[in-house]
Amino acid sequence: MDKRLERILPRVQKPARYVGGEYNAVMKNKDEVDTRIAFCFPDTYEIGMSNLGMRILYGVMNNIPGVWCERVFAPWGDMEEEMRKAGMPLFALESGEPITNFDMVAFSVGYEMAFPAILNMLDLAGIPLHSAERTALTPLVFAGGTAMYNAEPMADFLDLVSLGEGEDLTVEIVELHRKARREGWTKQEFLREAAKLPGVYVPSLYDVSYNDDGTVKEIVARDGAPKVVTKRIVQDMDKAYFPVKTIVPSTEIVQDRVTLELFRGCIRGCRFCQAGYVYRPVRNRSRELCAKYCIASCDDSGYQEVTLSSLSTSDYPPLTDLCDDLEEFCAARHVNLSLPSLRADNFSMNLMQRLAKGRKSGLTFAPEAGTQRLRDVINKNVTLDDLLESCRTAFAGGYSAVKLYFMLGLPTETDEDVLGIADIAARVMHTWRESATNKNRGVRITVSTSWFVPKPHTAFQWEPQISKEEYERRVKLLREAITTKTVTYNWHDSDTSFLEAVLARGDRRLCKVMETAWRKGAKLDAWEEYFSLDRWLEAFEECGLDPHFYANRVREKDELMPWSMISSGVTEEYLWREHEKAYEGITTPDCRTHCNGCGANKMVGGKCDV
Amino acid sequence: MSKLRLLFVKEAQASYISHLDLLRTIQRAFPRAGLNISHSQGYHPHPIISIVLPLPVGQSSDCELLDFEVTQETDGRGIADKLNVGMPCGLRVLDCYEAKRPVKELAFLQAELEMEYDSGVPEGAAEKLRELFARDALIIQKRTKRKELADVDIAPMIKEISFTEKEGVICADVTVQAQNPGLNPALLEKAIIKYLPECAPNFVRVRRKRMLDANGEDFR
Ligand code: SF4
Repeated sequence: MDKRLERILPRVQKPARYVGGEYNAVMKNKDEVDTRIAFCFPDTYEIGMSNLGMRILYGVMNNIPGVWCERVFAPWGDMEEEMRKAGMPLFALESGEPITNFDMVAFSVGYEMAFPAILNMLDLAGIPLHSAERTALTPLVFAGGTAMYNAEPMADFLDLVSLGEGEDLTVEIVELHRKARREGWTKQEFLREAAKLPGVYVPSLYDVSYNDDGTVKEIVARDGAPKVVTKRIVQDMDKAYFPVKTIVPSTEIVQDRVTLELFRGCIRGCRFCQAGYVYRPVRNRSRELCAKYCIASCDDSGYQEVTLSSLSTSDYPPLTDLCDDLEEFCAARHVNLSLPSLRADNFSMNLMQRLAKGRKSGLTFAPEAGTQRLRDVINKNVTLDDLLESCRTAFAGGYSAVKLYFMLGLPTETDEDVLGIADIAARVMHTWRESATNKNRGVRITVSTSWFVPKPHTAFQWEPQISKEEYERRVKLLREAITTKTVTYNWHDSDTSFLEAVLARGDRRLCKVMETAWRKGAKLDAWEEYFSLDRWLEAFEECGLDPHFYANRVREKDELMPWSMISSGVTEEYLWREHEKAYEGITTPDCRTHCNGCGANKMVGGKCDV
Repeated sequence: MSKLRLLFVKEAQASYISHLDLLRTIQRAFPRAGLNISHSQGYHPHPIISIVLPLPVGQSSDCELLDFEVTQETDGRGIADKLNVGMPCGLRVLDCYEAKRPVKELAFLQAELEMEYDSGVPEGAAEKLRELFARDALIIQKRTKRKELADVDIAPMIKEISFTEKEGVICADVTVQAQNPGLNPALLEKAIIKYLPECAPNFVRVRRKRMLDANGEDFR
């Protein structure tokens, strides 16, 4: 072990996350590989190791002969300080070597608040921040993940962006880069070739000009780069790589269990939900294969908990059958199955009851809005009756805690909608009184609200975020309306959601702001401990930009969005149609009821197999 | 049902695995070795597994012991090899056998302290250290369970100690009381800092070498 590291570790919190060596970590002989990849997650080990995408691509890249892909996470503040003091560059967990001279540095980016951590990690690694400063072919800095559907605020720093699901595209990028190194291409030659791979976006090949009012005037693709880059997907989930043999961390992580991905995409079409749009269309993994992967993963990892994962697990058609298939194995091996996201319908409840057995802690529902009118606007097709019925079953079955999630500031929201949230909480309470089998234990009802952040590639991408003052007024209104003692109300901190709204729909002028904020100390901004809005406001001021322009402005139908060169497969016409329907309060049926023609079917060759 | 004991090495990366995480890690290795761990009775059954003498985070050990129960009938033979297939780096099972001796017979702990001096070992340090640890009383401050600082005399808890010097380091070979109360050998550094600041090392590496019974024989 590195002597400097050995001296640092006794002084930092949770040192086990900085040493690697976990079961199933991939070790290779560095003399026998020609491609070294630093696979970076711009957040802590505990968060990054909980990410299924990271595990999949780690497996995919290490399965390429001659390639050694190693993991890198953002150090916590104490560790960063010690590393900088000791002059120790950011290192990869497997080899313990600095990543400064690796061939490729890849980032998996799931959320905008992780952007500053990317800059900080590059800096810690001693790698120049700007793509333009890195004139050599190596290290190539690229990124993928959901936050890359608008990569503009990071455009200056990334050499290329991999769009959509990375199973195939990552391999193509790695192979092309290997060829470029072997044949001695320049970085420019490589980037121009890479831009020809479907799903690759090379920000430096696009020129963006602006109107006087600050909106985007024109985006011009250069050197043969495509005008629009469409995301990549895995066509057949039964052929997709699944990391059966995956790293088992020796220290506790957030999702410390097997994550079994049942399907990708979502049939529902909630209008605010970016994941619901960008992961289209739905692709199911067969029940047989799911069962096989589940057993094999538990056998190899020794985990005794499996999350049946997806964007909306109760929509998996053979879900009950799958649970039946696994029942015997689970009983014999003390393995528990759990559902991450629960729809407030009876089917989910029954299943939940069955899976939970003895462990009846709490239930979580996300009605998102306080009235049926507003739920229709956002196309969250859940009724109050559904919700109360589910709660009734739960309370009768012995549950004594319910968490309810809502958003404040959704388009068209009125005070009546806000007060509707308090009403729902009161009715859930009433339902408990009527149906609880054991009233002595009491009940805990938690209402949580977040501040709606309009996201690109959704039906609400044109919408403003309401102002901070208005958000706080609505929080206060709701707080005063919740009078029941057993109802706890938590609301999300407004500063983070505001910045998220700015970055989510930012253009590439924000790169300067990003760098300025980072120089002022922004790093792990997904963490309250480190986030400071003041730092960002100062950065905006210094760069002469107005954050409200990005967060709180109504965008017109014909405005050219900064992310217009990126397509999720869902057409902008469809998103606008959904936007209009939202204002008319008309719901859209799910993809299984009938196809609404969003355009994503083109990704699977004509017809979605929902 | 069988009561088994593991003898294992914990070193390198694995020395940073905390006590709770170590239990989890080893527990996960059991099904891979075809072992079915027994659970306690009751409303919240928990697996029956415990570490004989938890090792402070950052220290290495050649002689860790872990007790557990499995539902199978076995004397433990062959289990070590199976477990080693699924262990993280730095954890290595040496033996698995029926747990016969009660833990209370564990009396002493032999450890090695490697004290590093970045600008060379100070003149006569080994000799001064010998004299220091020959004293009748060595009072240091230690955090109690209630997180308060309290004075403790560590001298009576040190059974034997010797010092040797080699290339920039001084090695202390020390035997201390293992339990009731036990002494963490790393605390020796505190005594040095307090009484012999000129001989305080820049870094100390601690490694458990042997667990001993009251007669100074290996406790297994
Ligand atoms: S094309 Fe139709 S079925 Fe396919 S995802 Fe879009 S709306 Fe759903």
